[in-house]
Amino acid sequence: MIALLIRDIQLAFRAGGGFGLGLAFFLIVTVLVPFSVGPQSALLSTIAPGVLWLGALLACLLSLDRLLALDWEDGTLDLLATAPLPLEGVATIKALAHWITTGLPLVLAAPVLGVLLNLPVQGYWPLVLSLLVGTPALSIIGTFGAALTVGLKRGGLLLSILVLPLYVPTLIFGAEVARRGAEGTDTSTALLMLAGISAGAAALLPFASAAVLRVNLR
Amino acid sequence: MSLWEYANPRKFLATSGRVLPLLWGLSAVFLVVGLTWGFFFTPDDYRQGATVKIIYLHVPAALMAINAWFMMLVASIIWLVRRHHVSALAAKAAAPVGVVMTLIALATGAIWGQPMWGTWWAWDPRLTSFLILFLFYLGYLALWEAIDNPDTAADLTSVLCVVGSVFAIMSRYAVNFWNQGLHQGASLSLDKEKNVADVFYQPLLICIAGFVLLFLALVLYRTGTEIRARRIKALIARERMAG
Repeated sequence: MIALLIRDIQLAFRAGGGFGLGLAFFLIVTVLVPFSVGPQSALLSTIAPGVLWLGALLACLLSLDRLLALDWEDGTLDLLATAPLPLEGVATIKALAHWITTGLPLVLAAPVLGVLLNLPVQGYWPLVLSLLVGTPALSIIGTFGAALTVGLKRGGLLLSILVLPLYVPTLIFGAEVARRGAEGTDTSTALLMLAGISAGAAALLPFASAAVLRVNLR
Repeated sequence: MSLWEYANPRKFLATSGRVLPLLWGLSAVFLVVGLTWGFFFTPDDYRQGATVKIIYLHVPAALMAINAWFMMLVASIIWLVRRHHVSALAAKAAAPVGVVMTLIALATGAIWGQPMWGTWWAWDPRLTSFLILFLFYLGYLALWEAIDNPDTAADLTSVLCVVGSVFAIMSRYAVNFWNQGLHQGASLSLDKEKNVADVFYQPLLICIAGFVLLFLALVLYRTGTEIRARRIKALIARERMAG
């Protein structure tokens, strides 16, 4: 399992692995927001938590179709399916590798981009915390979506249509934590719900992903 | 005589062929009676005026939109567990009906909301969760369309339906948490003392019965169509093999 994790991370970091693309996308989206809604700093600081969450979510989404597609094309996935490691484990590791290469950089970059959007000072910790707790759920749900569409030739757009509705609860609670944090009110309920979603998704969704992968590898 | 006998497509087609005319007829009778009674023979509400009458379309459609998804969930689980093709096809057949019901509920709600709330749309929990339900339906249908192999498609959409149900329910509670609502609470439950006044209640029940029957008829009919389409495909394939 660890070998697979290291392999996936190394592949992502090497040239053509697409590491940093999600990050660049996140940056660009954030920069485009003031152009579209205007540069008033009061307005920007109200919408900053939501915009950052949405940007992080979209950046996660964009990198999903690479998650399994390359392994599918060169046959690695067939080998992994016949390996002693259960497919549920493969799905978990894939999600973890995706989170380390995409989710974690987004978490670290979010406060910097918060400066651009004039995020209130007390909002930084809740924002980082909510992304740290919430982005694993995005990766795990995304792995399920990627597993669903892995056999399709043009799965990219379909993948987003399938995954975005599944992202709704995570986005609601995550953005709620960030927003309440920015307003300086209590964030604990939403944060606990968000953590619940992440933990529940981590516990249950790999089974669904593995079941779907088995169907697709049949 | 067990329910599982209808997993045989031939048996299913024979029985549904016999039941369908009855279902069509009954649903037509119920809908005509319920809607006519509701639209023309009930008093206007003292505050809402005639707009209250949209309830006879809105409530049954909303009810069936949710029940259609629930039916798809049950059919998907039956397919995953017992692998009856009719079940998978029934889930596929119910989805477009469910989409239309969702759209009717959203549209009638907007038409009613414009004069009453002064807005076509509000980000109220109920409205929002219906919109999300609509998105789930879209994803489900898109996945069916995208996959060529019918068995793979049935498997993948069934898993999506199960996972989607969990997330749909979570979204329902999440939006409750996220925003307080404009939408009135439930006014139709069997265990409550105070429901909608009887003059509105009776035609509404008939309309709901009509919608349920209509849904059943549409799903049986569409499932039959799917089975026949599958047969035609098999016949064509066989012919090609022979030739």
